[in-house]
Amino acid sequence: MNNLYPLFNVIIALAAAPLMFGVINRIKAFFAGRKGPPLLQLYFDIWKLLRKGAVYSRTTGIFFRLAPSAGLIAVLTALLFIPCGAYPAVLFFPGDMVLVVYLLGAQRFCMLLAALDTGSSFEGMGAGRDAHFSVFSEAVLFLCLAAMSAASGSVSLNGMLFTAGGRIWQVSPPVLVVVVFVLYIVLLAENYRVPFDDPNTHLELTMIHEVMALDHGGPDLAMLEYAAALKFWILASLPAGLLFPHGMKPDFFGNAALFLGLIALTAALTGALESCAARLRLVKVPQMLTAAAALSVVALIFLAK
Amino acid sequence: MAILLFLVPFAAGLAAFVIKSDRLRRRLLFSVACAHAVFSLYLCLFPSGGEDYRWLWFGLDALGRYFTAVFSLLFLCASFYAVIYLKEEKSRPREKKEEGLLFNNAPEAAFTGCLLVFLASMSLLALSRHFGLIWIAMEATTLVSAPLIYFHRQRSSLEATWKYLLICSVGIALALFGNLFLAVSASGQGPGTEISIDRLLGPGVRLDPLWLKAGFIFVLVGYGTKMGLAPMHTWLPDAHSEAPSVASALLSGALLNCAFLAILRFYQLCLANGLGPFCRELFLIFGILSMAVAAVFIIGQSDYKRLLAYSSVEHMGILCFAVAVGTAYGSMLQAANHSFLKGALFICAGNILAGFRSKKIADVRGIAHIMPWAGVLWFAGILAICGMPPFGAFLSEWIILKAAFSSGNLWLPAVYLFLLGVIFIGMTGTGIRMTFGVPSIPEGKKSFLSLLPALLLLLLSLFLGIYMPAALDGAVSGAAALLGGQG
Amino acid sequence: MLDVILMLLVLFNLFSLGSTRISASIRVVAYQGAAIGVVPLFLPGKIPGGILVTIVLVTLLVKAGILPWFLRYAQKRVNVRREEKPFVGASASILSGVAALGTAFFISSRLPIPFAVASPFIVPVALSVSLTGFFIIISRAEALSQVIGYLILENGIYLFGIALLLEQPLLVELGMLLDVFVGIFVMGITVFHISREFEHTDTSRLSGLADWLPEVKRSE
Repeated sequence: MNNLYPLFNVIIALAAAPLMFGVINRIKAFFAGRKGPPLLQLYFDIWKLLRKGAVYSRTTGIFFRLAPSAGLIAVLTALLFIPCGAYPAVLFFPGDMVLVVYLLGAQRFCMLLAALDTGSSFEGMGAGRDAHFSVFSEAVLFLCLAAMSAASGSVSLNGMLFTAGGRIWQVSPPVLVVVVFVLYIVLLAENYRVPFDDPNTHLELTMIHEVMALDHGGPDLAMLEYAAALKFWILASLPAGLLFPHGMKPDFFGNAALFLGLIALTAALTGALESCAARLRLVKVPQMLTAAAALSVVALIFLAK
Repeated sequence: MAILLFLVPFAAGLAAFVIKSDRLRRRLLFSVACAHAVFSLYLCLFPSGGEDYRWLWFGLDALGRYFTAVFSLLFLCASFYAVIYLKEEKSRPREKKEEGLLFNNAPEAAFTGCLLVFLASMSLLALSRHFGLIWIAMEATTLVSAPLIYFHRQRSSLEATWKYLLICSVGIALALFGNLFLAVSASGQGPGTEISIDRLLGPGVRLDPLWLKAGFIFVLVGYGTKMGLAPMHTWLPDAHSEAPSVASALLSGALLNCAFLAILRFYQLCLANGLGPFCRELFLIFGILSMAVAAVFIIGQSDYKRLLAYSSVEHMGILCFAVAVGTAYGSMLQAANHSFLKGALFICAGNILAGFRSKKIADVRGIAHIMPWAGVLWFAGILAICGMPPFGAFLSEWIILKAAFSSGNLWLPAVYLFLLGVIFIGMTGTGIRMTFGVPSIPEGKKSFLSLLPALLLLLLSLFLGIYMPAALDGAVSGAAALLGGQG
Repeated sequence: MLDVILMLLVLFNLFSLGSTRISASIRVVAYQGAAIGVVPLFLPGKIPGGILVTIVLVTLLVKAGILPWFLRYAQKRVNVRREEKPFVGASASILSGVAALGTAFFISSRLPIPFAVASPFIVPVALSVSLTGFFIIISRAEALSQVIGYLILENGIYLFGIALLLEQPLLVELGMLLDVFVGIFVMGITVFHISREFEHTDTSRLSGLADWLPEVKRSE
């Protein structure tokens, strides 16, 4: 039975991921004084989209049709490597942190390909912007993982977040706080939240991520949305895993509840930030990410000493 | 007793700020300078047997006495010139020829007060036996000399003052790092070991060599900025050319020497801990670099005060070179000669500027015909500072050359002679062009009184070159002995 | 706790490098001074309590109170809001700051402290603060920015001194503080004069005197 717990955790993640976007939207509505959409809105949206048909433009090719499914498969695979609180991941091997980042990158690559496949200049512009930001954000993500691996002594995500457990904090608490902070910034950047991109924008000139979802419809869009929710979950598990109270030694359900709570907290924070902060000017985004990179290098230097 | 060398000028400086009467202030300046010079000369040539150290952290050893005597004499002549200069400046507003703008001067009280406090802080530096105190005195000299540079309130002076302040402050901050490294290296003697020279040169004191080396590097770079060693010398030409000649004479002749003194104190510690060869290598690098940079910029120089400034850079390089090849005696002698000659040259330059109203070499021709005394002194000074016998610079440079030969490596004297030669060509060419030829203005100032200090300083240098009384030799050797030098 | 303060100091460094606004820089320098001021409270040592408190209070007063106040006053008088044309841009400055931190760690690994220290990060952080200050001086053209850089440089040196050598005679520590104090004042006064004379405080335009520029070039 113990061996199946990680698998159960994955199933819980699959089930709970869309809930997080509901939390974000609910928090934003609260800040705005509205009632807001129901928490389960994204589930209803996905269910509705799955039952619809899709229309494909004649200028698109094979990539456009394959991209959403390929992206979803990549993200699902990445999910298998993420440990959940006090339970290990389903799969792990030394160096799997690189694989996870590349799988997320593969999903982004599929989306970029699909966008370029439409042959429209608007999608091309959006794809260019997305690729531009991903250069920085992936670098920052790698640096953070390097810092975490220096602190925990392991190059596997499972090793960092599960095996090392609470002991990772004994190395140097203030430095790890910086790492958590930078991981949070990466979360915002990779998931196209404020201050890097506004998910609610309907002005074409200001879209970055929405551009690429614009042409998909029906089941494809459902897969894109679900993959985005899973990506949020995966990137939020990193700081959640660092902040998880391993000393409490919870049982299975308690563990799941705690982890879910931490990720929901991250989502709430994202929602609050989205309500209170403005989006950065496009030229400032690389500067912000460079600053984040600098912080993570600083953390790495401190931890590697 | 020696503490009076600091207290009297300091009190006089503070008084000068509040005294309203110009005549009284100028008399105060001159009389304090006289008293200071007489006292320090007496201390130098006739050292009283009981060297009064360890009164807190003050005391004069042979090195301190020698340097104090040198800059004190220079200050005496400079203050005499200052009195005459200030009297003239009072009479009319100045007009800068290039820009055609009128400018004001700073209040004379501020200038005189700063001069006296400057003397006080230099004395403090020579008196200090504690490295922290040396640092404080150094910083004080920087801060107090900045208003001296900014006497003529115009744009170029301001630019020069800013560069001077910033670069020297950064240099001195680096030297502070050196002090702290020294404290760490001394911590082996117990926590809270105070970094005073007497404590650290005491018997059986072992300083951590790694930290001492690091400290020496920082101190050399830091105080070397103040001293004018290349490549940290960039403030020097601007500051010395924009300041009034009195200030330039003092900055060049006295302040650079004091910075060298600060470095030498550290060098004493390194010698006692076996780091002599390491330090001498560094001295060699900076010395030759300074001489080379000076040589490059002297050729084709268009402003005669900047010419003198680069000559200062060269001589500071020679001082370091001398210590590097092992002759501290030559270095000490050269320091004295440079001070006197550079002071004389700057005072001459001041007179030339007053007469010709331009700092450009191209505008100054035929000094000897319209201002005969100025011409003679200017030309003699330039020849003297290039090492022409029978002036003192020849003797000291010869001693250094001998030591360079005896060091075994023939490249050293070769480079030394080559660079000296290049500088000689540059400077004397300029000197000849300026002194002789058809005069570029119809009539010049004929005042002899303002040239008298320059004449005195030149005669001093001549004296040093011809006759070395036993007391003087004793003083120089005493200073050199502290640096492990042989004659 | 000491580690937290040291980490904060590094963050302040990066912030001062990345921001071109003068008022933000002055605020950061004040915070940095405050952080350095309280460091003695976290050091193991045998300093009598009264003297320790005096040091902390005086340092806080000067570094976090008087000097930033004076810089703000200077800024208002000279009326400069931000650094218009730094020689090195914001992102590159931040990366250089990180490189400075790395260099500081490298240097301090070659210079092991011969006695016990409260934290292995003190020397690298102190060196990195000084390197940051030095970098700001050489990469900014605005005179006030250069003064701020000088203040940061002195902060780093002071941190080194206070953290390692607290037992040194107090007179000298306070004397150094006094000198920095007076130094900043003199610089501030010079900045006033520059602004009055030139109507700007952009030192890259103060280049009338130079030997390698063609004679034709005359500023203003």
